[in-house]
Amino acid sequence: MNKEENSKENESLAIEAHGMVKKFGNYMAVNGVDLKVPVGSIYGLVGPNGAGKTTIINMLATLTQANDGTIKIFNYDVKKENNIVRQLIGLTGQFASIDENLSAIENLMIFGKLHGLSGGEAKKRAYELLEEFNLTEHKKKSVEKFSGGMRRRLDLAVSLISEPPLIFLDEPTTGLDPRTRAQLWKTIRKLVEKGSTILLTTQYLDEADQLADRIMLIDHGQVVIDGTPDQLKDSIGAESLQFTVRNIEKVNEAMKIVEKILGVEVQQVEDSNVTAPMTQIDKLVDILNELNKANIHLSDVHIQKPTLDDVFMTLTAESIKNVPGEK
Amino acid sequence: MIPKNIIPANKRELKNYIGIGTTIKNTLTLTHRALLKMIHNPEVFFDMTLMPITFTLLFAFIFGGAISGNITNYLPTLIPGVLIMTFVTSCGSAGAQVREDADKGIMNRFKSMPIARIAPLASILIADFVKYAVAGIIVFVIGFLLGYQPDAGIIAVGVTILFLMFITWCLSWVFAWVGMIVKSASTVTSVSTMMMMPLSFLSNALVPVETMPWWLQWFVNINPLSHVITAIRLMLTNGTVGLDFLVSLGCCFLILIIFIPLTLHAYKKK
Ligand SMILES: Nc1ncnc2c1ncn2[C@@H]1O[C@H](COP(=O)(O)OP(=O)(O)OP(=O)(O)O)[C@@H](O)[C@H]1O
Ligand SMILES: [Mg+2]
Repeated sequence: MNKEENSKENESLAIEAHGMVKKFGNYMAVNGVDLKVPVGSIYGLVGPNGAGKTTIINMLATLTQANDGTIKIFNYDVKKENNIVRQLIGLTGQFASIDENLSAIENLMIFGKLHGLSGGEAKKRAYELLEEFNLTEHKKKSVEKFSGGMRRRLDLAVSLISEPPLIFLDEPTTGLDPRTRAQLWKTIRKLVEKGSTILLTTQYLDEADQLADRIMLIDHGQVVIDGTPDQLKDSIGAESLQFTVRNIEKVNEAMKIVEKILGVEVQQVEDSNVTAPMTQIDKLVDILNELNKANIHLSDVHIQKPTLDDVFMTLTAESIKNVPGEK
Repeated sequence: MIPKNIIPANKRELKNYIGIGTTIKNTLTLTHRALLKMIHNPEVFFDMTLMPITFTLLFAFIFGGAISGNITNYLPTLIPGVLIMTFVTSCGSAGAQVREDADKGIMNRFKSMPIARIAPLASILIADFVKYAVAGIIVFVIGFLLGYQPDAGIIAVGVTILFLMFITWCLSWVFAWVGMIVKSASTVTSVSTMMMMPLSFLSNALVPVETMPWWLQWFVNINPLSHVITAIRLMLTNGTVGLDFLVSLGCCFLILIIFIPLTLHAYKKK
């Protein structure tokens, strides 16, 4: 019974990794990361620069071998069955991986043929993808003459040519204009609708929030937290109170009053902007009353729900504090 | 658009090995890529065209009178020499190209795809045959324009070009290996020039050996390039295959036996 359930779970996982470790010399770039990505979902990998996101993708996509741990892609082992895994994945790396000296259509055709498509099929797919990524009018242009965003789009198009069930996108929207980004989000959602699974990294947390079903935050090669976007936001506490004091000299006095009422630490964000975690919303009336009595006037006050940016700031700052003790 | 549904992983036909058929197909596709690159960047043909033209003209007019009395008499000595110099300078280009690919992001894409590992390397070495053929034809055309007519006729010319293409191809494996172990693509070209330039001058390419001091004669006579040059001179004048021809081929096989495994090993580690 249990076994059956287990194998069913395995079947529905596109990625299943346990204890992934990657060392560069003595440096632990990835240090014991577990990852489970269900088929048909969008999984977001976020973290500061150098956290190990690209390294994780490289291990999953058979580009580098992990020093430790097991990695399975659709239940195929990346070490032993790497050629099978390669037939199931598409990769858009962080840095362009298309041929500069060829035109857009030539790039698509060559990679299509390498994936085993016939000349005709490759051509058909190439034109579909050029259309999807708004590159049709530039199809004959040499990639050397492409703008950064156009390169990015072509790079993405090339990774979709084999219609893989699992797609890795390492910072796919970096350098894209807002409209192109929105279009790419649409494409990503459409791919998932058609049955693809997507693992993406991004530095734009609103993007992860919008797209991803689950997000993993990593730092220094370790998982800081993972869960749905809402779980992540809940993890750092509730809403926060934010207000701006009209008279800068009175900021300190205002902070003391709020600290006394809420019993928490209050932070000065900018000169006259103050923020405080707010667990009991109804205390707001007391705060406003007390401030009024002390003759402190506010130019702005609002209650802010935590964003993923807050999660990122709070949790990665914590792990920076923790790390020196660990090493 | 993305019209059809994506086939789920468990409904696909998958295999964990790459057969010989796929290997050949991949290599041909990538050879096509390398040829397209040459067509887009015709500059690669410039040095291969310019060098034989300047060398032939320069040496013909400077040495022609001194060595053979007049230019036309010197051409049968000079043309094989220039041929070898042209081919030999181009044997590093494949290595540089291999290295350039390896340094670029495109290698990561190749690695993440279900293609034969050897295909990106093999395709570059194959595509360079086109360059060699162009170089060979150019030298003969220049020679012809200056009044050179090989006694052995057009078939001997064809055999000579094929022979030199094979030799250069073998040499290019040396620099493919160099490309795998040095830091950058430009190092490959400088290593190949530094090695091959002296070798081609310290041979019987331009002047008769008898005019040299004894210690130089000693080196020139063991220089494999001298054997190659003697072999093609014989081929072009008599249309026959001599001992030097066979010695040259022997050297080539030796190079292949040593450098193909070395290159493949270094390439796989990358
Ligand atoms: N080939 C390598 N050799 C040595 N160290 C490496 C190598 N590749 C990555 N690293 C190190 O591993 C760590 C993780 O790098 P990685 O590229 O995975 O970070 P990342 O999370 O993708 O960062 P970014 O957001 O900047 O892309 C970094 O400290 C980096 O310096
Ligand atoms: Mg990265």
